[in-house]
Amino acid sequence: MLSRRIIPCLDVRNGKLTKGVKFKGNVDIGDPVEMASFYYDEGADELVFYDITASSEKRDIMIETVRRVAERIFIPFSVGGGIRTVEDMRRVLLAGAEKVSVNSAAIRDPSLIAKGAEAFGSQAIVLGMDVKRVPLSPKIPTGYEMVIDGGRTPTGLDALWWATEGARLGAGEICLNSIDADGTKEGYELNLTRLIASHVHIPVIASGGAGEAEHLVRVLEEGLADAALIASITHYGLMSIRDLKSYLHRRGIKVRMNW
Amino acid sequence: MIAIIDYDAGNLTSVQRALSHLGHDSVITRDPDRVLAAERVIFPGVGAAGKAMFDLKRLNMDKAILASYEAGKPILGICLGTQIIMERSEENDTTCIGLIKGDVRRFPDSLTGEEGRVLKVPHMGWNSITLKREHALFRGVERDSEFYFVHAYYAHPKDPANILGETQYGLSFASVLFTGNLVAVQFHPEKSGKPGLKILSNFCCWEGRDDA
Repeated sequence: MLSRRIIPCLDVRNGKLTKGVKFKGNVDIGDPVEMASFYYDEGADELVFYDITASSEKRDIMIETVRRVAERIFIPFSVGGGIRTVEDMRRVLLAGAEKVSVNSAAIRDPSLIAKGAEAFGSQAIVLGMDVKRVPLSPKIPTGYEMVIDGGRTPTGLDALWWATEGARLGAGEICLNSIDADGTKEGYELNLTRLIASHVHIPVIASGGAGEAEHLVRVLEEGLADAALIASITHYGLMSIRDLKSYLHRRGIKVRMNW
Repeated sequence: MIAIIDYDAGNLTSVQRALSHLGHDSVITRDPDRVLAAERVIFPGVGAAGKAMFDLKRLNMDKAILASYEAGKPILGICLGTQIIMERSEENDTTCIGLIKGDVRRFPDSLTGEEGRVLKVPHMGWNSITLKREHALFRGVERDSEFYFVHAYYAHPKDPANILGETQYGLSFASVLFTGNLVAVQFHPEKSGKPGLKILSNFCCWEGRDDA
């Protein structure tokens, strides 16, 4: 049977990890290529790179990073952040990424999803969703609203409506981030994850809030997520990917244990 | 030299990068003559069967694949390449190359897995393979290894003797097929970590003989 995927997320700015990552032994790794290679050896099932480079002139650095990562790791990885056109997608995919993730740009121009899927196949297009809990209203019937620009700008779009629309337009996967849970380390937003995962026919990666292994158990079981994005759990040496996977395995969740 | 067949069906550089990591030179080509001149052939692909067959015919690649097979060259099909070697595909109702008898079917939408959970289509992620016998391409690959899959359609050979490995996803499907000097895998060995690289490395020194 299919394994649930455990996916570390790396934030990159100007070709460097935004936070030097400290592992057991206090090794500080700032190079995304070294870090990717480390996680590949550790048994990550996939990687997500999020490029938060502000200036567009420096985007070429990311392409070079993607190229170097692709020479070192032989598992899928996606790249998000700053992808606004089909040409942006093409450059990242040709440099060796398996998937590109679109977020704010897809809300501003939904045809980007369809154009990307047409050019590269749905499997290459991930719809990144930043979602915030709001009071129920006729416009936001689920009480979950899409937000963009890193959570600063509300869009007036209902998250379930947008997830369904994204899948219809040709996204192959959804990376679902709860702005409310993000950074809390108190667990994923289970209701939101279950709402989206049970209504769309494409895989959902849960994101935001993971602080301990049990949080992954809950989002994969109760939240019905197909995969879980992690950051601080493994970045700061609290647990290795192997520890995390062993825990899930003992709890009866199918994960890839041999790599 | 290893020829990687290019027919506008997805990004082929990842296959080439994996080969290069293993120390093997390869050429991505849309020239049937270069395929005919190559020592071994990799037939990858991502996308829809209808367009793939159209492009293969337009480039005369369908004939080059058949001729390579007849010449006894080691051939490896990957993902869509594995579906295209069957006789027909439900996808766009396409007549395919027909190196292995049988058809290509879509996973039903009603598939369920553990605890009645509805299984999503495409089948995307890591899954294992049950080998029905030994084969040179799987030498040194541990039995509980998993491989990266992304597909909504699967090959269904008429003769079970063409099935080398099977995978479970709500139903059991042929994830590795073979006949003589051809092996075809539904997963992506170039994206399947060390076990995937081992299969590519085995392919690069396989003589194309069907001996375990």
